[in-house]
Amino acid sequence: MRIVCRCNDVTVEEVEKLIDEGVTDLEELRRLLRIGMGPCQGRTCIPLVISILARKTGRRVEDIELPNARFPTRPVRVEAFVEEGEK
Amino acid sequence: MIGIIGGGIIGVATAYELAKLGEDVIVFEKRYFGSGSTFRCASGIRAQFTDEANIKLMKYSIEKWKKLSEELEYNVMFQQTGYLFLATSEEEVEAFKRNIKLQNKFGVPTRLISPEEAKEIVPPLNENAFLAGAWNPEDGKASPFHALYGYKKAGERLGVKFYPYTKVIGIEKDEKWIIKTTRGEFRVDIIINATNAWGREINAMINLDVIPIRPFKHQLVKTEPIKKGQIEPLVCPPAWNDSYVIQDGEDGGVICGTALEYESNPDDVTPTYDFVKEVLKWAVKIIPALRHVHVVRQWAGHYAKTPDNNPAIGELTEDFYVAIGFSGHGFMMAPAVAQALAERIVKGRTKVPLDWEWFDPWRFERGELRTSAFQIG
Ligand SMILES: Cc1cc2nc3c(=O)[nH]c(=O)nc-3n(C[C@H](O)[C@H](O)[C@H](O)COP(=O)(O)OP(=O)(O)OC[C@H]3O[C@@H](n4cnc5c(N)ncnc54)[C@H](O)[C@@H]3O)c2cc1C
Ligand code: FES
Repeated sequence: MRIVCRCNDVTVEEVEKLIDEGVTDLEELRRLLRIGMGPCQGRTCIPLVISILARKTGRRVEDIELPNARFPTRPVRVEAFVEEGEK
Repeated sequence: MIGIIGGGIIGVATAYELAKLGEDVIVFEKRYFGSGSTFRCASGIRAQFTDEANIKLMKYSIEKWKKLSEELEYNVMFQQTGYLFLATSEEEVEAFKRNIKLQNKFGVPTRLISPEEAKEIVPPLNENAFLAGAWNPEDGKASPFHALYGYKKAGERLGVKFYPYTKVIGIEKDEKWIIKTTRGEFRVDIIINATNAWGREINAMINLDVIPIRPFKHQLVKTEPIKKGQIEPLVCPPAWNDSYVIQDGEDGGVICGTALEYESNPDDVTPTYDFVKEVLKWAVKIIPALRHVHVVRQWAGHYAKTPDNNPAIGELTEDFYVAIGFSGHGFMMAPAVAQALAERIVKGRTKVPLDWEWFDPWRFERGELRTSAFQIG
């Protein structure tokens, strides 16, 4: 078992299985497996999944569009956003 | 042949229901399936509405949600974890009692509960801030990703053709409808416009721009996963700017929403920083311990609002149907609306308790409005 997304425990096999089932859109793969949705926001897994997708579909890595980076780029404690006095 | 424009939960579920009745169906989606409001929603499903039409429709829809994973042979992650509305004033408690009475009348088992009971359901709740709760344990949540995918897979097995990255750019008519797309022309007998926040663009293509939908950007913030079971129901004190928290049924992160909204182009899903501050201000008032967890993501989507916050569902002109303008509650209604629309188109009648008069797409042209549908999640 090889892990691609260590935030959400997703394996290479799971990614490959979905691609074999015909899910070849990175946005769909991402949501069905929750890759890129962990605390690291895909820093580790998205490049790996893109290379698997490229290999299995014969596309070039450059042609696969990266998902939007979502705010915040690193996890931030809720209290950092909450004003003093609103405790 | 039936052509559906829009690949959100409404379009995809309707395609499946039509195929089940033996129809040939094609679905056009300008980006990837789910890319509109559907993949941006908070996943909530409730029968706690404040009018007969929506209560009856949602009671039926919840019955469908219960059996959906089995029917689609795919786990849509529906869970009946309830909705807990919280009152902060005596007037609100009275309003809750009136709503509960109406819901009970149509078989929805909502009841008024004390702050202590609420705290048993949601252990980290700040129960001191509330006077009472409206609790329906039959409300719940499901995964928007898996629900859409489950319907799509089941549709494909029945022969539905789904066209991603295919934008509809024009509609003409001779003896059939001609749908012009970025992938060429398609001829169909019936069209269904299921483009929600983009609904007016499609209606304008046949010169019937009569449903005044306005898109409003709505956002969510999500935290890292916390131990499951702590904030399972959707918890909302409406008086606190319709703010709510709900634990994601799949990964346990807490999704936080609030009513701060901006009228905007539905293609613009850029999140705004002021939202994060606003939503978390309310979230920590509802659940104080949330201040210690980390925010991991923020995203934006659109509510497609009509003047009365009720969708427009029905026949706009001969062989051209709409199911658009779902505001903040299109995901939860999709199973019922899709079945109703498909049965009406194919058989001329349906057993779904959908009040066609109430959702009539022509009501705005006649200057009629319905009672505003309860907005949140
Ligand atoms: C932040 C937020 C929270 C929400 N929370 C909830 C909730 O808890 N519960 C709930 O029930 N609802 C919720 N909603 C509302 C719910 O997401 C929507 O009502 C529902 O997804 C509508 O589905 P739809 O299929 O009608 O529209 P959409 O999912 O928007 O689908 C319409 C599709 O049409 C496509 N399209 C547009 N123009 C064209 C064209 N010219 N050619 C081809 N395709 C086109 C779009 O790309 C889009 O994918 C929420 C919404 C938001 C934004
Ligand atoms: S490794 Fe996939 S989100 Fe962090």
